[in-house]
Amino acid sequence: MSEASRPVPEVTPETERYWEAAADGRLLLRECRDCGLTYHYPRALCPDCFSDDVDWLEAAGTGEVYSYSVAHSMSGWPADDLPLVVAYVELDEGPRMVTNVDCDPDEVTVGTRVEVRFVDVDADDVAIPVFVPAAE
Amino acid sequence: MASEEPVYIAGAYEHPTREAPDKSTMQLHAEVAKGALEDAGLEKDDVDAYFTAGVPEHGSGLSPLVAADYLGLDPSYADTTDYGGSSYVSHVGHAASAIRDGKCDVALITLAGRPRSRGQATGSGVRGLQTMQDSFERVYGVTNVTMYGMAAQRHMHEHGTTSAQLAEIRAAASHHAQYNEHAMYQEPVSVEDVLESRVVADPLHLLDCCVISDGGGALLVVSEDVRSTLERSCVEVLGHGEAIGHQDAGRIDLSKTAADQSGARAFEEAGLGPEHVDYASIYDSFTITVLEALEDLGFCAKGDGGKFVEGGTLRAPDGELPFNTDGGGLCSNHPANRGGMTKVIEAVRQLRGEATDEVQVDADVALAHGTGGSIGTRHGAATLVLGGEDR
Repeated sequence: MSEASRPVPEVTPETERYWEAAADGRLLLRECRDCGLTYHYPRALCPDCFSDDVDWLEAAGTGEVYSYSVAHSMSGWPADDLPLVVAYVELDEGPRMVTNVDCDPDEVTVGTRVEVRFVDVDADDVAIPVFVPAAE
Repeated sequence: MASEEPVYIAGAYEHPTREAPDKSTMQLHAEVAKGALEDAGLEKDDVDAYFTAGVPEHGSGLSPLVAADYLGLDPSYADTTDYGGSSYVSHVGHAASAIRDGKCDVALITLAGRPRSRGQATGSGVRGLQTMQDSFERVYGVTNVTMYGMAAQRHMHEHGTTSAQLAEIRAAASHHAQYNEHAMYQEPVSVEDVLESRVVADPLHLLDCCVISDGGGALLVVSEDVRSTLERSCVEVLGHGEAIGHQDAGRIDLSKTAADQSGARAFEEAGLGPEHVDYASIYDSFTITVLEALEDLGFCAKGDGGKFVEGGTLRAPDGELPFNTDGGGLCSNHPANRGGMTKVIEAVRQLRGEATDEVQVDADVALAHGTGGSIGTRHGAATLVLGGEDR
């Protein structure tokens, strides 16, 4: 991955902890204490019940590919970083998240088991969770 | 519904241009507005309501003010619902409601844009961060085409849909486009041609993707009182429905769209069902957009879309469900990267008997469906059921 080429996420008070945890090598989800929903991306209020009693939950960082697509050409992205595997990974905790699977496109299919990695971006205290095929 | 005051589409105009380096976007708005007024036999001063979505080159902010100022309109009612490409389908429904509420009698809806002249590689380019969600999506290099690619991949995984079945949709659209003198791509293509075109984002090939074109279109929605003064054949708005599909907190289902809800609402309002539809305009940003919508609108069971489109089902005039007889966004026109407007316009042409001769369907009931935004993340779904005057 060409980290420098990635857009830098906008860090807000609502999402700061998520990005800082990623920089620390941890993937966080949010969990509602009222209705029990585990969700991604982070929001201060539960998107199912609007409770503001929501916790941070450290994900195991494992899951499987729900779907994927391989970009063979893409303006605004370095040619030497193509093809790029874009995916939804369904985490073992439930939520499906947009991410990359950093591997040869031939190594990925729907259902491939994956585990999280973190890549730096051009900002302090921020890293981005991506995935790689899980070790057997 | 039968008890409701009938509302009509009296004017419809699609700009003939597909590339307009010598015109401004606002000029195109004015030209399509004028074209729709001439089509209906109405005057500019008759317009008392104005509908448009974002003005692409100016962002979405204040678009009704920018446009009303340029066009010299003094509307008593305005609506700028912006669902992306499905917006203009929803505007027809909103205009019908406003007319039934007595807020207005002649609603003008316009769309224009010049992405082709501006050199936008819309579908496959990385875009900057704008929305809150972009920090969790665009940082991964997702683009329109990879989003739809993921939807196609999931649909294939769950239902066994094939690339050849998706290609049937492009082939049918190109079969229609050969008769449209304004279509951007008039050359018929085969399933094999689609499969042999380069892969842009697995599993979508170049020919699974719509055109990038300049242009626009306009519609005029009018009350019964106004229609009764017109000599022009009008199309009745029988039903309208909308829905928004989204990430659902991480439970997104990429194999379906919100058309299951918007379609059901539109059919219920019309008192009709998919079996009554003689012609369908289905939003076609990508072939998978059509396939999922056909299922979700109830033209076939979920998962059967691939089989449904085989064997010429979508081809006019003799297929079971002729679709996008102008060539659609895949072959003819996708002005401003927003195809809902042209979906409604071609449905109006069919119901008026004004489609190109070779693809004219004997249509009493037509459907126009828009899918805006991205089915890979969040999208608007808007459905209209329309009826011909002599049905």
